Amino acid sequence: MQQNLSSTEPIVSLHNVQKSFGPLRVLDGVSFTVARGEVLALIGRSGSGKSTALRCIDRFEKVDGGEIVVCGHRVDRPDVDLRALRQDVGIVFQSYNLFPHLTIEQNITLAPCAVKGMAASQAKDLARKVLAQVGLEEKLHAYPEQLSGGQQQRAAIARSLAMQPKVMLFDEVTSALDPELTAEVLKVIEQLAADGMTMVMVTHEMGFAKGIADRIVFMHRGKVHETGPASILTSPTTPELTQFVGTGNLKS
Amino acid sequence: MNLQLDFPAVLERWPSFLAGAALTLELAFFATVLGALLGTLAAVGRGTRNSLIAGACKVYVETIRNTPLLVQIFLVYFGLASLGLKYSAFTVAVAALTINVGAYTAEIMRAGFEAIPRGQIEAAEGLALSRLQIYWHIILLPAIEKVYPALTSQFVLLMLASSVCSQISAEELTAVANYIQSDTYRAFETYIIVAVLYVILSLVMRAGFWSLGLVLFPRRRRLGTPL
Ligand SMILES: Nc1ncnc2c1ncn2[C@@H]1O[C@H](COP(=O)(O)OP(=O)(O)OP(=O)(O)O)[C@@H](O)[C@H]1O
Ligand SMILES: [Mg+2]
Repeated sequence: MQQNLSSTEPIVSLHNVQKSFGPLRVLDGVSFTVARGEVLALIGRSGSGKSTALRCIDRFEKVDGGEIVVCGHRVDRPDVDLRALRQDVGIVFQSYNLFPHLTIEQNITLAPCAVKGMAASQAKDLARKVLAQVGLEEKLHAYPEQLSGGQQQRAAIARSLAMQPKVMLFDEVTSALDPELTAEVLKVIEQLAADGMTMVMVTHEMGFAKGIADRIVFMHRGKVHETGPASILTSPTTPELTQFVGTGNLKS
Repeated sequence: MNLQLDFPAVLERWPSFLAGAALTLELAFFATVLGALLGTLAAVGRGTRNSLIAGACKVYVETIRNTPLLVQIFLVYFGLASLGLKYSAFTVAVAALTINVGAYTAEIMRAGFEAIPRGQIEAAEGLALSRLQIYWHIILLPAIEKVYPALTSQFVLLMLASSVCSQISAEELTAVANYIQSDTYRAFETYIIVAVLYVILSLVMRAGFWSLGLVLFPRRRRLGTPL
């Protein structure tokens, strides 16, 4: 399945993607691409289909039509190699979802050992490295419930990083956090962007999106309603985006 | 009222009581281990998308939960005999108790599996773990942890219920008691002693499960949260 990726080929591309839940059409011909090293922010009103679009990329939802290619995997095809796809894609959710019965170190080393067959000692070194990346070295042996929400979310990011994904997906990873904890998580994501990680993030933090995103995709009623560089947030062209950024969503 | 209790006459049979108690514990041990395995598999089976497997597991669980244990024991006992298979009373008892407790374990484990948040499983899928790996690393232990008190009670109940195995002359505690009381004509004393021994066995089992819990759930030990 996996083709050799040329450096110009997009890491993620969606073309005319359709998705319905029963009678409800959630994605109605969504198309966008994400180039290597690019940060794309998905924004839009609640229910506009942002999470669904993101989940389609990692095949947590099967699409009804259209084409999705991620790191050379044809995600829209039924025969896609899910395990290969998910080794190339890291996903972080709003609700952290750390495994409560495992220490932070065990949370991080589980997948590299079980999926990639990495030796335990090597995986432990890796755990230290990715935890340092998110500023949590001292929590190696703590259990998730001993961490604050912001720390848990950073640990979840570290857990994803340990699989060395080619692209990271973030679905409103700070929505459950208060402003102070939000800031520490956003700092980690900023650093990842600076390190050249390819990212797709659904976010309500407009100020953050403006500062970090190379491109904005504004979704409205299951369609990409407006897209462009971060500057469209300050000078939107469609009335819907104008209204969206005008209703107090744009804070720094 | 003229109550005369003569314990020494009965207590001099203590080696028999001890042997019976040991056999009861042995029965309970094997049936618990095998029944936990069987029940967990049946719980997994009920949750699969394969409707044939799910249906078979449901029929098993519901049949067992709606028939008396003694009837199940006779079914295994006479069933094997009519097939011309000859097994010791102990083996038959373990088999019947395993089948019985497996069904109750399946129901309890199913509740445990259902209590695992969907997000945990999605996170594991996102990390490219296989279905089997997800069951093994992510679901199993937290599910057991959530239902551990119910599970352990069920296994203690099983040990107590194993007394009906006296009916197929497995030489467990109740069978020994039946024999001693008919020999000594001291029925009341005999069953008082047997009752005390069952209480002790229950306490032994509960202590065992408590220790096992410390090993299985190290987080509880570290954080000091009781089960
Ligand atoms: N599994 C599902 N089954 C049925 N309907 C669903 C399912 N998932 C999402 N939906 C519906 O699809 C629509 C789009 O949902 P989605 O989660 O993609 O929106 P969103 O843009 O992420 O919104 P929010 O900002 O609130 O997270 C909503 O109306 C939602 O109720
Ligand atoms: Mg969403």
